[in-house]
Amino acid sequence: MSTVDLGLPSLPGGLRGVPAATEPQNRKEYVSDQEVRWCPGCGDYAVLAAFQGFLPELGIKRENVAMVSGIGCSSRFPYYLSTYGMHSIHGRAPAIATGLAVARPDLSVWVVTGDGDALSIGGNHLIHTLRRNVNLKILLFNNRIYGLTKGQYSPTSEPGKVTKSTPMGSVDNPFNPVSLALGAEATFVARTVDSDRKHLTSVLRAAAEHRGTAFVEIYQNCPIFNDNAFEAFKDPETRDDAIIPLVHGEPIRFGTDGHLGVVRDGFASLAVREVAELPGGEADLVVHDAHTEDPAYAFALSRLTDAGVLHRAPIGVFRSVERPAYDDLVRQQITTAQETQGTGDLQALVTGADTWTIN
Amino acid sequence: MPTRRPDDPSFDLEMKRTVTIEVKQLDRVVIRFAGDSGDGMQLTGDRFTAETASFGNDLSTLPNFPAEIRAPAGTLPGVSSFQLHFADHDILTPGDAPDVLIAMNPAALKANLKDVPRGATLIVDTADFTARNLKRIGYDENPLETGELDAYHLIPLNLTGMTVESVKEFGLTRKDASRAKNMYALGLVSWLFQRPVESTITFLETKFAGKPDIRDANIAAFRAGYNFGETAEEFSVRYEVKPASMAAGTYRNISGNLALAYGLVAGAQRAGLPLVLGAYPITPASDVLHELSKLKRFNVTTVQAEDEIAGIGAALGASFGGALGVTTSSGPGISLKSETIGLGVMLELPLVICDIQRAGPSTGMPTKTEQADLLQVMFGRNGEAPLPVLAAQSPADCFAIAVEAARIAITYRTPVIVLSDGYLANGSEPWQIPVVADLPAIDPNFTLEPNATNDKGEPTYLPYLRDPETLARAWAVPGTAGLDHRIGGLEKEDKTGNISYDPANHDLMIRTRQAKVDGVDVPPIEVDDPDGTAKVLVLGWGSTYGPIGAGVRRVRTVGGKIAHAHLRHLNPFPENLGDVLRSYDKVLVPEMNLGQLAMLLRAKYLVDVVSYAQVRGMPLGAAELAEVIGNLVEETEGIDDDARHMGEAAASLTHGEALHTQPNGRTNGHTNGQLHHPEGAR
Ligand SMILES: Cc1ncc(C[n+]2csc(CCOP(=O)(O)OP(=O)(O)O)c2C)c(N)n1
Ligand code: SF4
Ligand SMILES: [Mg+2]
Repeated sequence: MSTVDLGLPSLPGGLRGVPAATEPQNRKEYVSDQEVRWCPGCGDYAVLAAFQGFLPELGIKRENVAMVSGIGCSSRFPYYLSTYGMHSIHGRAPAIATGLAVARPDLSVWVVTGDGDALSIGGNHLIHTLRRNVNLKILLFNNRIYGLTKGQYSPTSEPGKVTKSTPMGSVDNPFNPVSLALGAEATFVARTVDSDRKHLTSVLRAAAEHRGTAFVEIYQNCPIFNDNAFEAFKDPETRDDAIIPLVHGEPIRFGTDGHLGVVRDGFASLAVREVAELPGGEADLVVHDAHTEDPAYAFALSRLTDAGVLHRAPIGVFRSVERPAYDDLVRQQITTAQETQGTGDLQALVTGADTWTIN
Repeated sequence: MPTRRPDDPSFDLEMKRTVTIEVKQLDRVVIRFAGDSGDGMQLTGDRFTAETASFGNDLSTLPNFPAEIRAPAGTLPGVSSFQLHFADHDILTPGDAPDVLIAMNPAALKANLKDVPRGATLIVDTADFTARNLKRIGYDENPLETGELDAYHLIPLNLTGMTVESVKEFGLTRKDASRAKNMYALGLVSWLFQRPVESTITFLETKFAGKPDIRDANIAAFRAGYNFGETAEEFSVRYEVKPASMAAGTYRNISGNLALAYGLVAGAQRAGLPLVLGAYPITPASDVLHELSKLKRFNVTTVQAEDEIAGIGAALGASFGGALGVTTSSGPGISLKSETIGLGVMLELPLVICDIQRAGPSTGMPTKTEQADLLQVMFGRNGEAPLPVLAAQSPADCFAIAVEAARIAITYRTPVIVLSDGYLANGSEPWQIPVVADLPAIDPNFTLEPNATNDKGEPTYLPYLRDPETLARAWAVPGTAGLDHRIGGLEKEDKTGNISYDPANHDLMIRTRQAKVDGVDVPPIEVDDPDGTAKVLVLGWGSTYGPIGAGVRRVRTVGGKIAHAHLRHLNPFPENLGDVLRSYDKVLVPEMNLGQLAMLLRAKYLVDVVSYAQVRGMPLGAAELAEVIGNLVEETEGIDDDARHMGEAAASLTHGEALHTQPNGRTNGHTNGQLHHPEGAR
């Protein structure tokens, strides 16, 4: 097992403890020899390409990257990267990655999951990982459908959705993954889109640098079972009015010619308004502060996402705050115990305090 | 209150009104403390055990507590008890029936009386025997006064009143003062059985160090109870149970769960690996989590997960990272873990899964014992998912079995199941402390370099290339340069570990995983058959070791020839098991389930074993087993003695469990040098 080399150049918080690469890396080094088997046109391809392009820039040793996935189309992801990887079982990747992160501070641990994997069968592990703030990065590929099992509705499908298992339309109320993550008090929550490589990469970078759990929802198109679910964000005709861009320190303003903006609206709520109709104009707009301690602000932002068919949603980093990471605290306790009690004398332990001797 | 009749046909603790105190020798005593769950009976029992252990008796304990944390005071469901069997010879069980019952209230008397044989001694705290309390538990009249207890040796005492009196000077409320009544009772029985008391006083000083009032009151009550025995006319006899002659060495008392926790740490340390426990609280497994949580200095990480699935997930993730992943639970939790266990079988990573069985199905009887998860852990997974299964046979054996599990898990890269149960978990016995440096070293044998060459002649790493001897796969952990690879639950191609749907490959991999588990090296089963002429073999597994051993001794005492063997390895079975089974006319398999081992033996060896199945949530009794074994021996040997049947005779023995014959030097079922009671050696 490799150990942390303390003489390494310092890396950003999320990567602290991970050994730095000694030489520059390129995208190809991260491409595995396995044939990629997603359907043609699947959004997963774009994410994979962006990820493979992004990993070399982290500047960490390739063998210290570990990918853990659940089950679903997206969960095949680890096979296509030449890093360490585990394709586990449905919904359980966050739990498995937690054990790995706790045991190995020298790894950059990534979880790849789907909307069914993370929010349905694995919902419990997801929220508990987020509340603990384990130092791992979760990429949730949200295609609003069960892809691998051939097209049933998922916990993010819009109400009324007609699928194989809902011929009369789904009567389930969907989760908003970002709201859910914020409800669990996740310290880093972001949303991005498969086709916008630049934005995707910037979000991945911010996630990697975050110490604690980084939760990234990726809108991912499934052309086979739920085509065009995110078309509003991609079509040049609609996308400017659809994407509410979250840029830290900037007023939240969007739409063709910036005619729309986000303002405070009543108790702990936000709303989209025509900037021209605001008394103070741009000065009335909310200036995005991802570091706001109170998750209520980011939660209010997340509520600007359409619940049904998606026409509009905030994209970017909703929240990025600091809180000690679970695995760091766990290790700190071990260090403290060893400092105060010594490294443990097994013979003394099994012997205990009350003994008697027979000659 | 009735006066005790001097002519009571008392069993052991016969009372004589003499002025001088007589000391009577006993070879063994079974004592049970019973009271309300708030009365501190477990603590009292623990202290009496510690005193008894330091005195040098052999002993075995059985705590029995209600599932409710605080059932209403004074009710039958609220009764908690602690039974201790101690002797001047080696013993195997906590005893079937108490010789002495200490009952702290009417409910404790009522709930326990059915287990107490006539003639036994009842020490009863009379303070709570009010009409109202009695009515509440269904007594119309005070049983202490009706004469219905005449067949017992009844000693009614106002323990609470005397306790309050003895702690007057500390100015506690009556309620607080009466809380020390358990220490008063402990003092009294410590006097009665001549137990050394220093350790209890030291214990109380430490336990209540922060509360001087309570500390002093407890110590005063304990001393007062002791002195009461010394001075009261009721007690003219004290008893002496001489130290047992155990093999030379240093001993401690240990419970199964503590031994298991220590064994897991020892296994990880012998392998040089950090230990990561992922667990979710569940009775009776939680104490393993508690104990391991205290051992951070041994590089032990404990993750209290959100559920059992996450617990095993974290353990498996840690194993992927090169640690020893461990998860501990009980039956319901094992059900939840099944899918992840299957993943562990596919990934071929070390993982230790401890199932501290309790009475099922479903939530069952959480605080009661059973061994009905055997088939679940053997087969309760989808697909062909074999894994090694081990079972501890006594509280102290939990240590050795945990070390063995770590060895197998790491050596063979496989999940391993350890079966314990509520009886072993909470029961305790003296343990000859092992020298940890003498425990086998375990070599994780990580792969650090490429282990093959690819088509292009370049060095490469094949994660599923196997050691030809053990069939263990090559295990490279993240962080090892050049050996990055992906593994998962999808079927994998031989050697490369790549995803494969090839029919022949699947068949090969299924058979290979099976062959690996079948080939785990397991010591041969040893049979205790003193002169080699027995026709009947009694074969057990798990916690029935003690009761079966005690039953076997009883049968031998009345002249029966019986062989005894005990399985600690249930998958794979020891290689000689088939031959052993076939060399006896009859094989009796007692189990606390409906015949699960019996089913496995019949299926594998085509031997028509006789199953003795009892599922009452309680350990099997020695007398009950003696009867079953005796009857089978008689039937098999064709003995026809109308006058007295062997089973009956063996069952009715009161002192037939001492080990008096061990001819020919043949050892019994112990397969591990770490165990206490090396009976064959004596
Ligand atoms: C325990 C278990 N239940 C069900 C399945 C079947 N299953 C596999 S993937 C999946 C849903 C995947 O949906 P999602 O997580 O959204 O991933 P996608 O395929 O859309 O990327 C289901 C139900 C399984 N593999 N395991
Ligand atoms: S089914 Fe959908 S999500 Fe799955 S690979 Fe095909 S396109 Fe992608
Ligand atoms: Mg999906």
